[in-house]
Order: sequence, then C-alpha cells, then structure tokens
Amino acid sequence: MKDDNQVIDPNRRAVLGAGAALGATLVAPGVFLHAVAGTPRTEPVSDAVRWGLLVDTSKCADGCTACVEACEHENGLDLQHRPEEEREEKWATQRAAWIRKVKVQDNHTGRVTNLPLMCQHCEHPPCVDVCPTGASFKRADGIVMVDRHLCIGCRYCMMACPYKARSFIHEDVAAQLTRVPRGKGCVESCNLCVHRRDHGEDSTACVDACAEQGHGALLFGDLNDPESPLRQKLRELPTRQLREDLALNTGVRYADI
Amino acid sequence: MAKALPRASLVAMALAWTLGVQAVAADEQKMRSYVVEGSRAATLDACVEPTNEMRRKHMEFIKHQRIATVHEGIRSTPYSLAGCVECHVSQDAGGQGAIPIDRPDQFCGACHAYAAVDLNCFDCHSALPEGSSEAAAAAHRAAGLAQSPAERAEGAGH
Repeated sequence: MKDDNQVIDPNRRAVLGAGAALGATLVAPGVFLHAVAGTPRTEPVSDAVRWGLLVDTSKCADGCTACVEACEHENGLDLQHRPEEEREEKWATQRAAWIRKVKVQDNHTGRVTNLPLMCQHCEHPPCVDVCPTGASFKRADGIVMVDRHLCIGCRYCMMACPYKARSFIHEDVAAQLTRVPRGKGCVESCNLCVHRRDHGEDSTACVDACAEQGHGALLFGDLNDPESPLRQKLRELPTRQLREDLALNTGVRYADI
Repeated sequence: MAKALPRASLVAMALAWTLGVQAVAADEQKMRSYVVEGSRAATLDACVEPTNEMRRKHMEFIKHQRIATVHEGIRSTPYSLAGCVECHVSQDAGGQGAIPIDRPDQFCGACHAYAAVDLNCFDCHSALPEGSSEAAAAAHRAAGLAQSPAERAEGAGH
C-alpha cells in the first residue's frame, strides 16, 4: 500500500490552495462567501422560532427555475446521475427534487398561476404520523425532515404527503456534499436549508436565487415573531395554505392563489 | 546432511520472523502518517480524545453526535464525521485531489478492513473534504464524463 501523504510538497499545496481560492472568488463568490458565514449552533433548537416561507405567486415568473436550480446546487441534487440502463423519461420522474415548479390553471376563468412547491413544513405533518421508525420528524423549530440513520426506505411518508414533496433515492450516489448526506434507500425532502439555519444564516438558497433574479417572490422568516418581515408581509397580503381543508397548518404560505 | 536440514529451516524461520517484524513496523509507521499537513490534527498530540479512546470509542462518539446534530441542530461539538475526513484524508500524489477516506487503503477503510467491520458511514456521508465533491463533479462535467457509482461503491460491505 502506498502512502500518498508523504510525497506532498507543502509549498505546492499552498500554491494550489491560493490558486483555488482565487478561482473561487472569480467564479463563484456567493457560494464560498456563504460557506464561511455564521458560527455553528451550540444550543438545541427550540420552539421559540418556527421557520416558514411566503410565496407571492403573482411575482413568480413563468419559465423561471432559479429557485429549483439554486436548491439543486445548495443541496447536492445536481450531483445525481442517471443510471445507464434507466430511460430518460423515467429518470425525470425518479430523480430526487426538493422543489417542483408547478403551473395551475383555473378551468372556469383560464387564469394561470405559477408556483414553486416544496415540503410545506406542516405543524401536524402526516409524514411524521405514518413513519414506522421515527425517522420522519419535526424539529422543534418547525422544520420537517428525515433522520436518514433511522429511515428504512418504506416510503409510507411519500404516500401520506398531500403535496408530493418527498423523493426517494433509488440508486447509489456517486458524490455527496459534506453538508447534505445522501444515500440509496432513504427518503428526503426540503429541509429549509437546515445547515444554514444551524450556522445562523438568515435565508435559504431558493429565496436568495429568487431575489437575485429580481422577482422577490419568496420570503423566509420566523412565523412566531410578530415583528419579523415574514409576519409583517403575512399581515399585509391575503395568503392561503395549500389544502387548508386538511388542517395541517403549513409553514409555507401562498399569496395571490 | 541430516543436521543441515533442521539448521536451514531454523535460519529460514529466523529470516521470516525478521521480515515479519519489519513489515509490522512499516505498518505502524504508515498508520502514524494519516494526518493532513496543516490540518487541526497536525497541531495536536491526540485527536479530540486520547488516541486509545478514539480507537475504541470513535463510533460511540459520532453515534451520540448524530442525534444532537440531526434532531437538535447542534453543530459545535468536537465529534464530527466531517472532522475525521477533514484531518485524515489523503491527497492523490498525481494531483487528482483527495482520495475517498473509506477506500481499503485509506485511514478509515484500512482499519475497518483489518478489523472486518462494515463501514457504512460513507454510503451517505461524503468521504471527501468539504468542497471536493463539487470540484470533482465540475471537473467531470467539464470533461464530458459521467460519474461512475462503481468507483464510489468500492469497499461497501453490504
């Protein structure tokens, strides 16, 4: 067995590192800036906050997929690859996606609405109710997520979710990000960029991308704090929850729908 | 002639023993060098706990850590799988970047292979330091190559 550590010249690595840092600042300043921001959380999360999203569908542009792409990059979903034997059309429906862009039309009036659909982070999540192992759970701060250590891949939660928000990883994955572990046989869904929450950052990848595009259709914040920008906006706009009839009290609200 | 045979076999045994000791010594030497130069580990005498405890209990440390991290969002404790990778991953001598730490000749993989214990952490967790996977994927895309899952699955015991 060869030991590769001993042959590395530290000077060469320093030069490479400097080159990489320069390249990073030139190519993707935003990505690397956010990687260093914030300090890791030391206290357990509490229910003093409840994270939520507001989607203003009147500002959500037809054909724009900025939020989806940002989510894929942030959470390593773009590292997925199609198995050679898999058909293109089937792969499109099988690959994991945390946000779907959905277009709905009122058949009586013909009015078309675009909206991003992700995990709605319910107060009473059906996916948590049905999970046989306790892998699907709601964090104290309202984020509904999957503990992959406990997930056995039964997919009851996918059946239970009224929003079709969850994905199953069918195949071995070639690469993961350190911040988003991923492996064959587990279910996953939007976790409101939980790594960002735990490092004290104030936004999610999709919200940032939407703002960058100039649409500003997404707003992230604390549903519990009456003074938060999110709550102020919710006071101002008429908003709805999807499938209110199910009384799940979702954390994602939609305006102009 | 009758005496020569046992003597020759004794010499052969002595030779084999000497070679064996050297091989073991070389192995120990190699185990000591699995620390990235310039990493946090390189400045310390031991890991986050004394070496003997790390050898026996590292799985306990990260098992408890995972509950704290996933369910409670605590990301500041000293035990972290990402920390193992950050300090103990090897670099490819040919400049190809980091080598997955679960390969059978690497820090985690070598010991687990020796002890015949399945190493499942890296089925889901990245076996490369932060940023490596993105860089590798970008390089693959730039070269127009598909990534091979077979490469990743090496050493997977189940």
